[in-house]
Amino acid sequence: MMLERGDIGGYIPAPDDDLLVCRCEEISQGEIRRAIHDGLFTLTELRRFLRTGMGLCQGQTCGRLVKAIVAKELGVSPAELEPITARSPVRPVEMRVLARNQEQKNG
Amino acid sequence: MVNKTADVLIIGGGIVGCAAAYYLVKGGCSVIVLEKEETIGSGGSSRNGGGVRQSGRDPRELPLAMHGIKNIWPTLSAELDCDVEYCQKGNLRLGQTEAQLRILESLTQKAVACGLEVRMISGDEARQINPYLSEAVLGASWCPTDGHANPLAATLAFYRQARRLGAVFISGEAAQEIRQSKGQARTVTAAHGVYEGGTIIVAAGLGSRPLLNTVGLDVPLQPALLETLVTEAVAEMFPQMLGTAAADFYGHQSARHGSFIFGITSGYEFCARPGFPRSSAAAASAACRSILAYFPSLADVKIIRSWAGWMDDCADHVPVISFAAEVPGLLMACGFSGHGFGISPAVGELLSEMVIAGRPSLDLTELRHDRFVMK
Repeated sequence: MMLERGDIGGYIPAPDDDLLVCRCEEISQGEIRRAIHDGLFTLTELRRFLRTGMGLCQGQTCGRLVKAIVAKELGVSPAELEPITARSPVRPVEMRVLARNQEQKNG
Repeated sequence: MVNKTADVLIIGGGIVGCAAAYYLVKGGCSVIVLEKEETIGSGGSSRNGGGVRQSGRDPRELPLAMHGIKNIWPTLSAELDCDVEYCQKGNLRLGQTEAQLRILESLTQKAVACGLEVRMISGDEARQINPYLSEAVLGASWCPTDGHANPLAATLAFYRQARRLGAVFISGEAAQEIRQSKGQARTVTAAHGVYEGGTIIVAAGLGSRPLLNTVGLDVPLQPALLETLVTEAVAEMFPQMLGTAAADFYGHQSARHGSFIFGITSGYEFCARPGFPRSSAAAASAACRSILAYFPSLADVKIIRSWAGWMDDCADHVPVISFAAEVPGLLMACGFSGHGFGISPAVGELLSEMVIAGRPSLDLTELRHDRFVMK
């Protein structure tokens, strides 16, 4: 989708802006709203800039919440937002476990 | 149909395009940036290991790295009003065999000849600098003025600051053709509109090649796969940027966050599947084996994410940063070959000088687009 990235108006603080949205990385609703009004318009830009959804749970908890906040601030439906890319592994894996793949295959 | 005009039209909203936009608007130019993906910095700018290095670089691009580290990186966070996590605590390039030490010695001698402070150290000296290194490390090269930063933050910080100063960014808008008027590059047709610029800068990564082809120019670029692993955040262990003579991994621990980011290889990158860049389980496992041989104490640290990206690998592995003699009004900056992030602020500044002053303050002769001579 084409984004012209014009001014959407300044950030206006809300009473619940100190609510933690991404619990893994401790990012508040206010930080997310402020970034959107400073031109970070896509879910991918927000997670790269603020680390929302980049912690241990990889956004499995906050993904929908961040999406709802972005949709509300931009005045669009959440369904119109391009989803973020899911990254492997699905669960955190110790480096010593990943390192053993050949050993197991060779018996 | 969009129809917009600016002093400078930049194709490519990666860190080079965003940095050029920032320095140009700061210098008084009006700027439009077109990015083909919806998200700013979708290519190599968000898919690299964050090295801000001078050591190990080709002498042709080393002056750009040294200039940036001396004059731009130390104050970049303040300038962009964003913590780009710049950490200048040195680069260790590690060797485990005598043959690898000879590779490091050769690289070190070349860099010293260019005036860089870098030297060979023993395994024990390396372990004094980084006590987590295993006994397998026989020696290393050590460049104390190298470091690392966060490429995701830096790219978006350049974008945000350029936009605050009035640069116009349009994303999801794929440039298709450069057109000339009266012997001068003048307009770009894109999917949703036509854009006009007094100067046109092509900084579109791998997309630069087909675009330059539309005005009869060619730069020999090929995609090369890059894969990375990211760990959970752990307490601070060591601040150095790491590389190896074997090129089996590189990486660092994030200065502010505590996660490790490791660039990895499986040895099969040359036949990677084309299309969307994909992580492979094989490379993750191979890299973990390599990394643990250097850093056994990382065995219980968890990998939480992996990603892949395409590098715009140039035929001789250094970028093209150049005017196009045949097409006045056209500038190009592409082919960064997997080591563009560290020099990107300097490249942005040089591009702004080329537009505003008509020439760069550093000699870029060896990075010209017409340097490729056939056999």
